[in-house]
Amino acid sequence: MKIATPLVPTTDEHLIGQAAGGDFTAYQELVTRFQVRVFGVAFRIVGQRQDAEDVTQQTFLSLIEHIDSFRGESSVATWLLRIATNHALKLLRKRRGLPTVSLSGPTDDDDNYSSLPHPDFIARWSATPETLAQRAEVREQIGSALNTLDDKYRVVFVLRDIEGMSVRETAEALDLTEGTVKVRLLRARLMLREQLTRQFGDEATRLFPDHEHG
Amino acid sequence: MTCEELLKALNEYVDDETALAVCQEFAEHLAGCDPCQVVVDNIRQSIALYKAGEPYPMPPEFEARLRNSLKERWQQKFGKVS
Ligand SMILES: [Zn+2]
Repeated sequence: MKIATPLVPTTDEHLIGQAAGGDFTAYQELVTRFQVRVFGVAFRIVGQRQDAEDVTQQTFLSLIEHIDSFRGESSVATWLLRIATNHALKLLRKRRGLPTVSLSGPTDDDDNYSSLPHPDFIARWSATPETLAQRAEVREQIGSALNTLDDKYRVVFVLRDIEGMSVRETAEALDLTEGTVKVRLLRARLMLREQLTRQFGDEATRLFPDHEHG
Repeated sequence: MTCEELLKALNEYVDDETALAVCQEFAEHLAGCDPCQVVVDNIRQSIALYKAGEPYPMPPEFEARLRNSLKERWQQKFGKVS
């Protein structure tokens, strides 16, 4: 019996190199590997399907344009999600009629740890996240909750907590310092916790801090 | 550690329960403060809920359009699709 040669999976970096040399099959393989992730990130940032499709298309067109400028300083995934995030943010600003400036700019007043939003509705959830996630209306609810956040908080939460990028990768993808990523992430987490606990918390278990916060 | 200080150190704790720098003080506070304990649980559950959600499926008719436009651009740049 002939023993099949084990398939050595081609790395993303290797595919980029082949594609940069004009190999369309390698490029298509990259699209196949990343399209769902790119679409998911785009959808969560822009909040609707049509725009998410535009962002996905722009991202992979950018990949063709800039295929030979990949330097391997970050992973292919981080690089692509960075391109996708930038296209998504550009589209949001255009939709809102705002000038297209980058997220990085000077840090804002609330990029620090003073006056954090304090937890108000504190209660145990009535079901586990795994159970809740099965319900279609819950998926709607968490999508809307995410959409209430300012862009700058939402993108950090999407990349770090949903996509599982590290704080450093998120900082690289958004051109922010790690410190700014951390404080925006904390604010995003606190704001989402508040909203979701109001929806999924068991009123009967509600707790009240026994002292005033400063 | 006060509730306020705990709030600021939340990220480190949520991301890595074993982070030694904050672990001891954090754990001591949590043991004696139910509201903070529940807040920490709530945040973990919120993140887990988003992660547990299915990824948004790409509409198949979009994928076909996408592949076509990418092929077109590729041909413009490289002149061939091999
Ligand atoms: Zn406390």
